[in-house]
Amino acid sequence: MVNRVLVGAHYGLKDWIIQRATAVIMAVYTVVFLVVVGAVGPDSFEAWRGIFANGFMKFATFLFLVSLFYHAWIGVRDIWMDYVKPDGLRLLMMIATAAVLVGYAGWAVQILWRM
Amino acid sequence: MAEMAIKKRRPKNLDLPTIRLPLPGILSILHRISGAAIFLLLPFLLWLLQASLTSGETFASAKAVVAHPLAKIILLGLIWFYMHHFCAGIRYLLLDLHKGVELEAARLSSKIVFVVSIALTLIIGAKVLW
Ligand code: HEM
Repeated sequence: MVNRVLVGAHYGLKDWIIQRATAVIMAVYTVVFLVVVGAVGPDSFEAWRGIFANGFMKFATFLFLVSLFYHAWIGVRDIWMDYVKPDGLRLLMMIATAAVLVGYAGWAVQILWRM
Repeated sequence: MAEMAIKKRRPKNLDLPTIRLPLPGILSILHRISGAAIFLLLPFLLWLLQASLTSGETFASAKAVVAHPLAKIILLGLIWFYMHHFCAGIRYLLLDLHKGVELEAARLSSKIVFVVSIALTLIIGAKVLW
């Protein structure tokens, strides 16, 4: 017996998992960030900058931002798929979304490593 | 033809003012709205992060922007959106693990999401904006 599912929607499973994995990373970072800021109580440029100059926080912040961009790509794409019906326009919105997010990722590198 | 006959017999309720969205439904639509709003405000947030980290002068200008009443309102709304998306997101992750899927538990957890996210928003807003 051939038991093949032809129309299974599991092509979305990878994105579903990535959206959840990035959500967990962002949630953990949010707690760490709030605790660090609460403990340091940055009241000056030097103290604020010091938080992100720390190697661990720099890496964690970058991981957070990359997760955010990937998570936003999946989430915003889902929103376009729900509300934008004409194929051409939908494709355009998706490409624009992906383009700005890739741009933001470059910007994030610049912010964190040129500070 | 057969399709049309079936379609016609479907019950319809478009009397919008009489439709009540239960709390988990409000939570859900706010989760989508908050995710979209944070996405749209990303350039502003990245600019703020960059200005706050570049130099003493740009830090001061970022501070001045944040001190503007309009910016305060936007940021307070954004903090609430983030906290709502964060808390509701954790609730969804637990639901995905089949934790709290029963009706009563799901209602209770959506209340908790609203209470906790609004409380966090007020605390953080009071600390960083006022
Ligand atoms: C603490 C961080 C976050 C957590 C725990 C989280 C969690 C989640 C989860 C679990 C989903 C899937 C919901 C579903 O399938 O019904 C989701 C969707 C989404 N997230 Fe997040 N998220 C976080 C941060 C963000 C941020 C910062 C953005 C902004 C760009 C964002 C934008 C979105 C969007 C646009 C969706 C799609 C919403 C929808 O389809 O209705 N998320 N989030």
